[in-house]
Amino acid sequence: MAGYHCDLGRQRHRFDDLKAVMACASPRRSGDELAGIAADSDERRVAARMVLADLPLKAFLNEVLVPYETDEVTRLIIDRHDDKAFRPVAHMTVGQFRDWLLSYQADSATLAALAPGLTPEMVAAVSKLMRNHDLVCVAAKCSVVTRFRTTVGLPGRLSSRLQPNHPTDDPTGIAASTLDGLLYGIGDAVIGINPATDNVPACIALLEMLDAVRTRFDIPVQSCVLAHVTTTMQAMERGAPVDLVFQSIAGTEKANRGFGVTLSLLAEAQEAAKALKRGTIGDNVMYFETGQGSALSADAHFGVDQQTVETRAYAVARAFDPLLVNTVVGFIGPEYLYDAKQITRAGLEDHFCAKLLGVPMGCDACYTNHAEADQDDMDVLMTMLATAGVNFLIAVPGADDVMLNYQSLSYHDVLGLRHLLKRPPAPEFEAWLEKAGWLDEQRRLPPWPDQSLVVSALLGSAA
Amino acid sequence: MSETPKDPWARFRSATRARIALGRSGDSLPTKALLEFQLAHARARDAVHSAVDFDRLAGDLSPLETIRVHSAASDRPTYLRRPDLGRRLDPAAAAGLPAGEWDLLFVIADGLSAAAVQVNAAPLVHACVARLEHLRVGPVVLAGQARVALGDEVASAMGARLVALLVGERPGLSAADSLGVYLTWDPKPGRADSERNCISNIHAGGLSIQTAADKLCWLATEAARLKLTGVALKEDAPSLAGPDNQKNQLTDRS
Repeated sequence: MAGYHCDLGRQRHRFDDLKAVMACASPRRSGDELAGIAADSDERRVAARMVLADLPLKAFLNEVLVPYETDEVTRLIIDRHDDKAFRPVAHMTVGQFRDWLLSYQADSATLAALAPGLTPEMVAAVSKLMRNHDLVCVAAKCSVVTRFRTTVGLPGRLSSRLQPNHPTDDPTGIAASTLDGLLYGIGDAVIGINPATDNVPACIALLEMLDAVRTRFDIPVQSCVLAHVTTTMQAMERGAPVDLVFQSIAGTEKANRGFGVTLSLLAEAQEAAKALKRGTIGDNVMYFETGQGSALSADAHFGVDQQTVETRAYAVARAFDPLLVNTVVGFIGPEYLYDAKQITRAGLEDHFCAKLLGVPMGCDACYTNHAEADQDDMDVLMTMLATAGVNFLIAVPGADDVMLNYQSLSYHDVLGLRHLLKRPPAPEFEAWLEKAGWLDEQRRLPPWPDQSLVVSALLGSAA
Repeated sequence: MSETPKDPWARFRSATRARIALGRSGDSLPTKALLEFQLAHARARDAVHSAVDFDRLAGDLSPLETIRVHSAASDRPTYLRRPDLGRRLDPAAAAGLPAGEWDLLFVIADGLSAAAVQVNAAPLVHACVARLEHLRVGPVVLAGQARVALGDEVASAMGARLVALLVGERPGLSAADSLGVYLTWDPKPGRADSERNCISNIHAGGLSIQTAADKLCWLATEAARLKLTGVALKEDAPSLAGPDNQKNQLTDRS
């Protein structure tokens, strides 16, 4: 292998292979340093980007980063690559591709048509040449729309996942957080619970409870219990009301095996959920979560930098036409994303890369208590993501997830963003809010009076 | 229609610690709720970044003998960035460990919460030692900048058949002083998490010291009888199922 190099003054920066170029071109982050593949100086980082800028996009079809023979994700990427869709950009270098993506010529329709022609590695490469603002501007031109009972991802809208977790799955506790969120107009992407215990009867009990809330108030939403895919499949066999099948996924076959899944298992789950025909306006039945660092933590990254291997997970996601995908960007810990600067950057990269690939990306803008970040940093990330047209954001009561012990966004945050940026929720859900009389003349959802009859009625009837 | 209660949320509040019904100032949090959140976050961060006073801890453990060790992570920023170093002993510390014939060794690791270790570790060890007179318990090892797997190397060097590693858990906003215990049979470097039993959420608002001691001593006795720990050792009481049973989280908890 010839390798790559870049001469800067008297210094020649050598890179053994494409993997090394990609890893060194990534903005600094603790996970790549932990893996021992990050650039060891700022100059070397820019040198790698200069190499990348002159590299033909086609190089990523010829030099795969994880071997084709031993990795089903690589096979998925290469075998499903659409040459015809790729043609408009096939002659470009990565640097030219960046300029073109930012140009007026690359509009929404053009980018949507291009998506099947792009591989995760191409998209990850160009993201490394983008500033945060570039990532926002290009992503804002991409629109990926999906449907089940609501339409998620329409331009000019902002959906949300209501996450009513409870440390012991207590039904009253979960109902409390759910009703609280509904009063802020949250939940149009999904009402999704991370269960404290992953077993079939517990999963079914939660699914039935959520379905009862949905039908009782006739809310156009979908629900999900984020158990392991095999748990959800068993729940479906036992006739449970499963709307969406959830699974955590990653960018290599080995990392996915660490999650206990293969592509064929995911296909089986998708088929089973579609057969239930519970969606009223569409059959996007899958929900995936991803996050930079998951492959490294499973010792399954094969020397590929964490941002690139994360982008490979989106190739897995798009093969199953999901309703929702989100990165859990700050959740995995400071050994992968150390501080708010790294978390913010990663959140914007993940959203940009997914959207370019045609994946309906949302985000859990979040952090743990051992990361150098706080709610001020989440304010910045959520505002940039909403401006970039993120499909949905996750929200929990008061930004404090009492089960997973980390901080996300609050119901207030999503509602405030909607009003500030004039991005209403999914149209079906907005119509429900309107019919209920919850919107004011400016189509805002104002605070409830202290002794509101609506609140009392909602809480009283939820016994 | 029955009389409307003053706070319609009253019965829900007792069912969850979630920050429900906070009220609104426009679309934002009211000042009181904002400051309460900041206080909880400040306490959690202080718990992560403050150091355990190991002199005081050794005093609290008296009359039990103690030994001090340190991981290969030199300071807190290194510890947070390099989990691999926190799982290994500093080579200088490894050399000085005395070998013995121990049935059980307690290792106290600061982990991610100094507060958890300072408040809960000594009472838990005393409560266990009082219940475990039938086992030969070695000196208590106090480990700085340490993660769970460090206990394997310590116990292996000291010749212990079973190690109970007490560790400060990653603080949440509702509890910054939560202690966890990982019990490992035949400890040696390279043990997988599936080969351990875990008791978590030990703090004033969670699992009590006495209950945790009962559970730990039952597990230790069974581990010594069956000569194993991990998924094959199930506690008879289902209440042991803690957050570590989550199978589908994108995170590395150890």
